[in-house]
Amino acid sequence: MNAMLYFFTLGLYLAATITYLVYLVKPQPSLAKTSRWIIYGGFLIHALFTLGRYFEGGRTPITNLHESLSFFSLAIVGVFIVFERRYKVTILGSFVIPIALVLMSISMLFPMGIAPLNPALKSKWLVVHTVVAFLGYASFTVAFGAGIMYLIQERFLKQKKLGAMYQKLPSLDKLDDINYRCLTFGFPLLTLAIISGAIWAETAWGTYWSWDPKETWSLITWFVYAALLHGRLTTGWRGRKAAILAIAGFFVLLFTFLGVNLLLSGLHSYK
Amino acid sequence: MNIIVVGLSHKTASVDIREKVAFAPTNMEKPLRALVDIPDITEAIIVSTCNRVEVYVTTHDIAGGIARVKRFLADYHNLSLENLDPHLYAHHGEEAIRHVFRVASSLDSMVVGEPQILGQIKTSYGYAAEFKSSGIILNRFLHKAFSVAKRVRTETKIASSAVSVAFAAVELSRKIFDELSDKTVMLIGAGEMCELAAKHFLNNGVRGVMVTNRTFERAERLADEFGGRAVKFDDLFDYLHKADIILSSTGAPHCIIGPKDLDEVMRKRKQKPMFFIDIAVPRDIDPKVNDVENVYLYTVDDLQEVVQANLAQRAEEAKKAEDIVNQEIGQFFKWLSSLEVTPTIVALRARFDEIRRTELEKTLANWKDLPPDGQKRLEALTNAIMNKLLHPPTSLLKKAGQGGRTDLYVDALRALFELQTADEGEQELGELEE
Repeated sequence: MNAMLYFFTLGLYLAATITYLVYLVKPQPSLAKTSRWIIYGGFLIHALFTLGRYFEGGRTPITNLHESLSFFSLAIVGVFIVFERRYKVTILGSFVIPIALVLMSISMLFPMGIAPLNPALKSKWLVVHTVVAFLGYASFTVAFGAGIMYLIQERFLKQKKLGAMYQKLPSLDKLDDINYRCLTFGFPLLTLAIISGAIWAETAWGTYWSWDPKETWSLITWFVYAALLHGRLTTGWRGRKAAILAIAGFFVLLFTFLGVNLLLSGLHSYK
Repeated sequence: MNIIVVGLSHKTASVDIREKVAFAPTNMEKPLRALVDIPDITEAIIVSTCNRVEVYVTTHDIAGGIARVKRFLADYHNLSLENLDPHLYAHHGEEAIRHVFRVASSLDSMVVGEPQILGQIKTSYGYAAEFKSSGIILNRFLHKAFSVAKRVRTETKIASSAVSVAFAAVELSRKIFDELSDKTVMLIGAGEMCELAAKHFLNNGVRGVMVTNRTFERAERLADEFGGRAVKFDDLFDYLHKADIILSSTGAPHCIIGPKDLDEVMRKRKQKPMFFIDIAVPRDIDPKVNDVENVYLYTVDDLQEVVQANLAQRAEEAKKAEDIVNQEIGQFFKWLSSLEVTPTIVALRARFDEIRRTELEKTLANWKDLPPDGQKRLEALTNAIMNKLLHPPTSLLKKAGQGGRTDLYVDALRALFELQTADEGEQELGELEE
């Protein structure tokens, strides 16, 4: 049953990615609607799948890479839906939903079974720490999508190539605004994730901070976004600069999430 | 019944002729009444805009109808027909329908896709309806034209992009700034195009206007006109950072704003985007300004290119629109032709029956030893012969009516049997309406 929901979600994300990408090149308003309903459906089924796993395993289903990737993807779709409804930019999906699909597909590579919980993770902090972290990650992913869109639209405007895609992309101001909102949403969540992690580490391992690779890289990620937020508020790092930093931040974040787990070994390596 | 169109437009007549033939909107009753009073013209609509004057009428006699409407146009405006005739076009049948559908869909406009024409035709139709000069056929015709225009508008992108430099500038600014309502426009120098663009920006809701000019009085006058504020030319750089959109058209021989000037300005603005529109020749703004981060510079040539691209896109879309028009013509023409079928069948039957009765009466009058049931039998016999003869043409006509190609048969039958083309059919129209 649960496996069925999982593959159903995967199928819907694939379908949504296709319709969103076609919408990018074909100006059909009906495609926007279709894509939207597919992604709503995908989100619902994905949420059901996640809840199912929660009850089946009796714990927050974010304990290994398979579950983390799936939850990351769910969070991205959720945050995307919020921003899409708030800003009425369907085309954002053409840049964000494929990422959710890719993460979901990668999750297939890792064992799906519900393994007995690593004793170190048995804590009420698990849910706070992980959910908050992935919601933060998801907002930064949406900021990444908006950043890419900004750079494309900026290029069109600077080079005066005003084609069909230019017509469909929203204004620079709107993209910049989405970028900023994502940042003000994601940054406190990331901060909270690090703080809750430190408290949990103190109760589980006896120390707040042990310079574990995950901790180090989380801190680096935090500094990147802190710099962006600071630059934005003080000297006006907006537009192009903010877009580039949001994109760079996303790659650092990906490394913090995936690279650290797969390449470096440490306390956080839950495969 | 035929629809004919007689008129002239920007394509066939210059403005000095068009204005002589134009009808005043304040006095539409008189010409409309005059038109329907012309013999054999049953319904009439007059469309009169600054780019075209057209008369739509229904008549049985195409050639005569066209001649009478042309004569009416000349006489009504006290012009000589010889001078007017070369500018007039006349359409009937499918061509008339195509013409009106194209006009309503803005495919025949000077700027293809411009939206006013549909409203103008609706107003013209309103006059015709008010003074009851239009009837079943033109009512249906015009409603069809409106729905075709609507289809064209929703199914093609014929009117979706700006085709004037001023509008192109507004559209571009909408892709840089999301909202114009909190943006300020600055005019540097004056000039027709600059002022026009400023007006467009104001109409699209910008918050304020600043005007600067080497002649301060001129700046003040313009600022008054736009409800903005005048800035001394020497103070330009003290105010530049407050402007989001800059329209420049001074007569300066060299650039007045360069990329270096913007360092300070952008810092003061905290890097908020700026949109420069350089309308001056020679240029007012160094092209390198476009390389400054968050600054966008468009010259009048760039805008012209945008307009050209949009026009090309419209031409592409116009092809799709023509396809829609062609589809709809078929449908409407089918309906129009079917109007002729029933009256023709009725007239044909009446003609046959009339002959039968006359001949029967003649025979009976001279038949002395007619058996008691003779008359009854003769009636039945002649009736049967008549029905047998009428069956093939009647069913053929009905079938043709569904296919839309009836005019040939209708004309042939009318000529062969000398049928009356009176308005007797008109009562039948009601039931065919649906």
